[in-house]
Amino acid sequence: MTIDEIKNVVLEIIQDIDDEADLENLNSGEALRDQLDLDSMDFLDIVMELRKRYQIQIPEADYPQLATLDSCVNYLTPRLKAA
Amino acid sequence: MLHKSITGAGDRYNVVVIGSGLGGLTTANRLARSGHSVLLLEHHHQLGGLATWFKRKGHIFDVSLHGFPHGMVKTCRKYWNREIMESIVQLKNIVFDNPQFSLTTTFDRNDFTGILINKFKISQETIDNFFNTVAAMNFYDDQSMSTRELFETFFPGRDDVHRLLMEPITYANGSTLEDPAITYGIVFSNFMNKGVFTFKGGTDHLIGMMADELVKNGVTICKSSRVDRIVTEAGRVRGVQVGDRFIEADSVVSNSGILNTIYDLAGKDAFPAEFLDKVKTVRVNTSSCQVYIGIKKDAAIDDIGDLLFVSTSEKFSSDELLDMHTRSRTFSLYYPKTRPGHNRYTVVASMNGRFDDWDRLDESEYETEKQAMIERTLVHLEDYIPGVRQKIDWLEAATPKTIHRYTLHTKGTSFGTKFEGLDISRSIFKAVPGLFHVGSVGIIMSGWLGAINYGVIVANDVDGYIRGM
Repeated sequence: MTIDEIKNVVLEIIQDIDDEADLENLNSGEALRDQLDLDSMDFLDIVMELRKRYQIQIPEADYPQLATLDSCVNYLTPRLKAA
Repeated sequence: MLHKSITGAGDRYNVVVIGSGLGGLTTANRLARSGHSVLLLEHHHQLGGLATWFKRKGHIFDVSLHGFPHGMVKTCRKYWNREIMESIVQLKNIVFDNPQFSLTTTFDRNDFTGILINKFKISQETIDNFFNTVAAMNFYDDQSMSTRELFETFFPGRDDVHRLLMEPITYANGSTLEDPAITYGIVFSNFMNKGVFTFKGGTDHLIGMMADELVKNGVTICKSSRVDRIVTEAGRVRGVQVGDRFIEADSVVSNSGILNTIYDLAGKDAFPAEFLDKVKTVRVNTSSCQVYIGIKKDAAIDDIGDLLFVSTSEKFSSDELLDMHTRSRTFSLYYPKTRPGHNRYTVVASMNGRFDDWDRLDESEYETEKQAMIERTLVHLEDYIPGVRQKIDWLEAATPKTIHRYTLHTKGTSFGTKFEGLDISRSIFKAVPGLFHVGSVGIIMSGWLGAINYGVIVANDVDGYIRGM
């Protein structure tokens, strides 16, 4: 997948979790938690959905790397290259 | 499909869930939605575990529906459905009455701040610091500070303030001033977010909606199906034995008590010695007593509040609350608005209690103590509803032994384990691949919201395990 495709996948999953989330004005370098009404349970949902769709396992120790949209994309790019 | 016995079960599943408490129900639902085949087994003839109810003489008594935090709204929307979410309503009148203070509150940060400033004369700055400190607590933070030390830091020598802050949480999860401050901070902050909420329609309505959702998502449910043994082979899970049926599974999620799971269901031999050494340090939490009070069909009682924390004890102490003859209790009031269409009033009094205090009594002493507990409760209730005795047509009591009979929990615990149980519960699948535990552990994964959210966390572990096989 390309960087843009990965970005769209993450945004789509967030929108599924919270259909009222304002993704238009999201700053991709800033923590998702600070901009959206996301809590630690929501991040678990993102991890579970990524595993379901692309069979990728994200260990708990790596969760901090999903903090911003940019860091999500950086983390996922090598892992979703073949997807 | 929903079956009344084990005969409805197939021979093989991705996941077998043992027990249908809120944690077990949620794990089952989440995994079924994620595409796994799921069998849910419950030993009782009714689903819900401790989220339960019973009917007597036209009354419906809720056992553990006393109020949960607002976080339940989002949790139910995401992990159950909109219908369940939309039945959540606020309990607006939370009452405290004891020799140190009397007040009514919505039990949220704004209202508590006002009360602490005006009634208890605490400065705004101290209150803000306290709220900000507890709100920032995480379960993985340092746990060396106790709740008592936390209170002494912010409100030194103010045992009235300690009482206001601690008493409701002790009833909610059995924690004491000696437990880690983080367990207090996490649970208290959840409530302080927006107040206290309940389900309109009662526990029976909620569990009914959950069962419908599970069936819709393809879960096979068998009631009156008690698992005898979790079968392991070569250090991994193979399935469960229910009577003469062996059911094969990639993974087994036990919603039984954590110690029941290890000692009774899987058996010590299934675990490595170093894991068992850690298990030995787990303390089960205390239990509860309740008195169920039904009001006659055509009688009514005044609205005296939704949830009352009342005590005639001069001072608050965790030991006083746990004493068999405690002078402290909560009254949960269920008005006709609780179950629209079912035009009845009920009152449930809850007290904390120790299993051993009740277990050591012989049969006649046990009955005598139960009657004495009912009588003390009625005398106390009459302070708030004068003449209530004449309006009652049903009285019944439950003790830690009653809870043991229905849940099978070690020592009849109604609050799971102390903090150390969380690590055992979360790491059990590392000791025996394929074996998971969900249920009240560690104080924070307790109560209705804690149980459901923990169900989601464990479902994620199980999903990762199965997809990685």
